[in-house]
Amino acid sequence: MEIAIAIILGCCALGAGTAMIAGIGPGIGEGNAVAKACEAIGRQPECKGDVTSTMLMGCAITETTGLYALVIAILLLFVTPNMFVNILTSIVG
Amino acid sequence: MNKLTRRFRATDILYIIMMILPISVSIVIKILTTPASEGISISGARIFFRIPAPIQELLITESQVNSAMVILSLFFLCRYLTHGIEEGAWLKRHHLAEILVEKCNAMTVGNMGDYFKNFSPFVAAILALSGFSSLITLFGLYPPTSDVNIVAGWAVLVFILITYYKMKCGPIEYAKSFANPPLMAPLNIISEIATPISMAFRHYGNVLSGSVISVLVAAGLSGLSNLIFGALPGFLGEIPFLQVGLPAILSIYFDIFSGCLQAYIFAMLTMLYISGGFPLELYKERKAKKAQKCRK
Repeated sequence: MEIAIAIILGCCALGAGTAMIAGIGPGIGEGNAVAKACEAIGRQPECKGDVTSTMLMGCAITETTGLYALVIAILLLFVTPNMFVNILTSIVG
Repeated sequence: MNKLTRRFRATDILYIIMMILPISVSIVIKILTTPASEGISISGARIFFRIPAPIQELLITESQVNSAMVILSLFFLCRYLTHGIEEGAWLKRHHLAEILVEKCNAMTVGNMGDYFKNFSPFVAAILALSGFSSLITLFGLYPPTSDVNIVAGWAVLVFILITYYKMKCGPIEYAKSFANPPLMAPLNIISEIATPISMAFRHYGNVLSGSVISVLVAAGLSGLSNLIFGALPGFLGEIPFLQVGLPAILSIYFDIFSGCLQAYIFAMLTMLYISGGFPLELYKERKAKKAQKCRK
């Protein structure tokens, strides 16, 4: 029983860590967006405000994929272990 | 300019007290309900009491109470700013209120077009509520925006508005807009449903991840300083020296900057989705046709 609970907890932690690999994608994407925005401001300094607000919007939308992974990781860390342990104890008795 | 009568001043003071009172009430509630000697831990919103209901129990949680308190406080802030306002503002705060309203009107018209001019109160309400809900962490309270239920409620409200404005040309046009290339219809429906989900997750995930990272850093630093300075004699060994500085900088980013940015992004996305989904040209054509029919 204790081994089963230990396996559940360990696998949940491993799953959370693996889910956060998705953080790479938004990192690269946002970096690209900000680099292009810097280029655009360097070329046309007068449209700094527009470029900055558009860049922030784009960054926010790019971030969504990373945040899905984050939500899954948080669920795996704080919600699912209790749930799985409860299911296990109700099955075993 | 002798309008500053005693009655006016008394009302002002009443508004200020009513502005501060809700926040202090929720601080008192937090102090009274927090169990002693909890230490550093990551937990969700505390549940105050449960109301029995047929399908599922209704939970009254900390985040609901806090968001209601923020709404009350904001209401009296607005009353205070616009107290005694008339044409030709005669107090400094009237100018502030006018600047805020004008900025919000300009932002709404700039992003949504002239047709949606009347939307600026809604947008301003979302901006203020979301921003102040995130900033409430500065008082040490649980921010309502790091609870998915609160933010999902706002996202559902925005989704209803989007659907209403898409339906304005009739349900047939609404169904047609999904089958633009007919094969893509299922994907379009999924992306329509994904809109409120992604809006809610974006806001709540950003605020929650900020607080989780802050707690982790604080816990790690206290452990580290215990390890290094633990050998010092007496009470010197118990002071977590390393906790000075770094958590404060993190808090400036996660609590203040990130909270305000997420409020801005939520309001911006609201405006873009609502005005983007509304076929204005088609709506005007239909209106003109209807007017012609009536004339005949």
